[in-house]
Parts: sequence; structure tokens; C-alpha cells
Amino acid sequence: MRFAAEELGGERGGEPVFSGVSFALSGGEALMVTGPNGAGKSTLLRVLCGLLPASEGVVHLSGGGEEWPDAAAACHYLGHRNAMKTALSVTENLVFWQDFLGHGHLSPQEALETVGLDDIGHLPFGYLSTGQRRRAAIARLLVSYRPVWLLDEPTSGLDKASEAQFAALMGVHLEDGGIIVAATHLPLGLDGARELRLGGAR
Amino acid sequence: MLALFLRETRLGTRAGSGALTGVLFFLAVVAVIPFGVGPDLNLLARIGPAILWIGALLASLLGLERLFQADREDGSLDLLLIAGSRHMVALTVFVKCLAHWAVNVLPLVAVTPLLGLFMNVEPVGIMAATLTLLVGTPAITFIGAVGAALAVALPRGGLLVSVLILPLVIPVLIFGVAAARGAIADPDPFLPPFLILAALTLLFAVIGPLAAALALRWSGD
Repeated sequence: MRFAAEELGGERGGEPVFSGVSFALSGGEALMVTGPNGAGKSTLLRVLCGLLPASEGVVHLSGGGEEWPDAAAACHYLGHRNAMKTALSVTENLVFWQDFLGHGHLSPQEALETVGLDDIGHLPFGYLSTGQRRRAAIARLLVSYRPVWLLDEPTSGLDKASEAQFAALMGVHLEDGGIIVAATHLPLGLDGARELRLGGAR
Repeated sequence: MLALFLRETRLGTRAGSGALTGVLFFLAVVAVIPFGVGPDLNLLARIGPAILWIGALLASLLGLERLFQADREDGSLDLLLIAGSRHMVALTVFVKCLAHWAVNVLPLVAVTPLLGLFMNVEPVGIMAATLTLLVGTPAITFIGAVGAALAVALPRGGLLVSVLILPLVIPVLIFGVAAARGAIADPDPFLPPFLILAALTLLFAVIGPLAAALALRWSGD
């Protein structure tokens, strides 16, 4: 599988934020997107998953077969917001996303065990602390399978132990032939990840 | 899709969702009308179906603006849109509308017979009003989805959504009231306006979600 961007440009509210971004990733490779605030890291991720139209250039996903026809279908997007309902319990949230996103991978209970939240699955999501919410959102990446993970500041709010745990999770995903694109300020603890530096702020 | 419907109804019935606000508002509107127009029972009976319809219409506009806003605030909307190749966005919107209608509007239809008694509407008229509301109110929700999708990024879009969609729901109101009155006032027919009402609902069930899906696609930021 190959995930590539060619001469990609993105804009926000008519203002160009970045342009001329190119990269090509094959299975098992990770890309760290770094850069100062306002450099367009989040915008790049939103363009990659098709939430924002690209102002120039194209995003390719090839070798996905019928199962993963395009980038949007093949990606997990973990944004700043956790996409969980505060009124529902953690398990209810995960069960919904597994049903809706399809391609079931781990069961919600297993996913919660993996991120170390197995004893609070019955609590409403709204009762969780910031770090726990983030870990529950990470568990969403595990309940249904997607080859490409687009992560926007995935470790914000996580403590050291959870960061290490998450690095291990990403390692497993890459070993399975997955692809990761992560926008971050903090080192994620991935060996051999390539780096894409988005330059000059506005 | 069933998962989405169950999630939406579950959210709608959990504490703090405000699903009963509409019923209380409906009750308030209909309950004050007799005090306002005076104790003329014949007049009340004549305007009864119209009052029921107007009350239900206004009550079903309440909370419409939250249809997509809540999902946008917690980031779920992004994921629903990304999943567009697996579940067509218009279909997602359709299911969300159905769930919204079942939780917020169906209770209005359920209390209509009781409120019809307040208005001294005769039993046949009450049945007709309830039936027309049952058939007509989904159209209001489907049109409302378009307004909600357009105003999804606006923090105080509530009134704007209502004003935006009001012109479009006028035909629904006209044919709904015409059918409800046709059942009790003798020369007026019941079936033709009722069939047009059903046709309006079917039409908006298709157009509304499609337009709302387009609006959501372009609301991305």
C-alpha cells in the first residue's frame, strides 16, 4: 500500500496556509509533521482525510484494493476533539464507532484494556479526566481497523506512561504494515519515522 | 446505520437532552390560547386544528439547531463525514433526522389528542389533527436539517435556523391544517390535502438530507 501527496496545498478561509507538500509513504512507514503554530499541520491532516478540499495537488492511496478505494475510506482521523459523547458511557461510545466505522478489529473491552481503561468502561465519558478521554479516543483507533492513521497532537494530555504505551501501539500498527501521519510538537518515540517540517508561519 | 439511530435516540433520552422542552412548549402555547380568545367554544373548535398545527410546528423547531452542532463540537461530525464512502452522508443525515423526529417530535404527536380536548375539537377532528401531524411533521424535521446544516458553524444559530426554514414549512402547514379541517368542516375534502401533505413529506425526505449533506460538506473548516 502506498499513501502519497503530490505538491499539496491547503488554505483556510481563502488564505493559503501551506503549499508544495509532497511525500510518499508505503506500508510500515510513519511521517511526523512538525512546525510552528499556524504552519498548517492540522490543515494538512484535514486535507489528507478529505475534510478540506486541497487548493492544489492531489492525495493518492494506491494498492488498497476494493476494500480501501481512497484515502478518506482508509484513514482513521484523531483530531483535537475526541469525537465521544459525554452523556454515553465509554463502552457505548466505542461500540457505536465500531458498528458505524466497520472493519471490526479489537472488541471495545480489549481496546480499553490496551489503553489501560478497562475498569472504567461503564462510566459516562463526561466523567473522565483529560488524559483518560484522550486514551478512550485512542481506543477508538483500535476497535475498527484502518491502514492509515492521521493523528493530530495525539499525545496531548497524556502522562509519560501513557505516551510510552501509545508509542508501543503505533509501533504495532506499523509492524502490521500500517501507515501513520502525525502532527506533533512532542517526540512520539517512533524510531525511523520521517519528518516533514512545515515552514514559516503567517 | 441502526447503531447511529440507537445512539441518537439514546442521547436524546438521556438527562440534559431537553427532549421534553418541545412538549412543554407545545402545552404552553395551546393552553394559553383559550384564555386569549375567550370562552367561545364554537370559535375554539373551529380554530382548534390550526392552533394544534401551529403549536406543533413551533415546538418542533426547538432544538433543531443542535442536530449537527453537538456533533460538530465534540468532533463526531468530522468522522461522520470521513465515513462518507462507507455510509453516504445524506443517509447519515436521514437517520439522524429520523432519530431526532422520534425523540423530539413524536411526543408532540402523542400529546395532540389531549391538547385537542383543551380546544374543544370534536373526536374526528382530534383524530384528523393527530394523523396529519404524524404524517406532516417529518417534513419539518427534514427541512430543518438543511437549516441546521447551514448554521452548523454559528454559535447562536437557533433563531436563524427557524427563520431560514419557516418559508419552506409554510406549504406543510397549509396542507396539514387544510386536511385536519377537511375532516370536520363538511364541504372541505380531507383526502386531497392529506395526500399532498404525504407527498411533501416524501419529497423533503429526499431533498432535505441531500441538501443538508452538501451544506455539511462545505462547512468544513
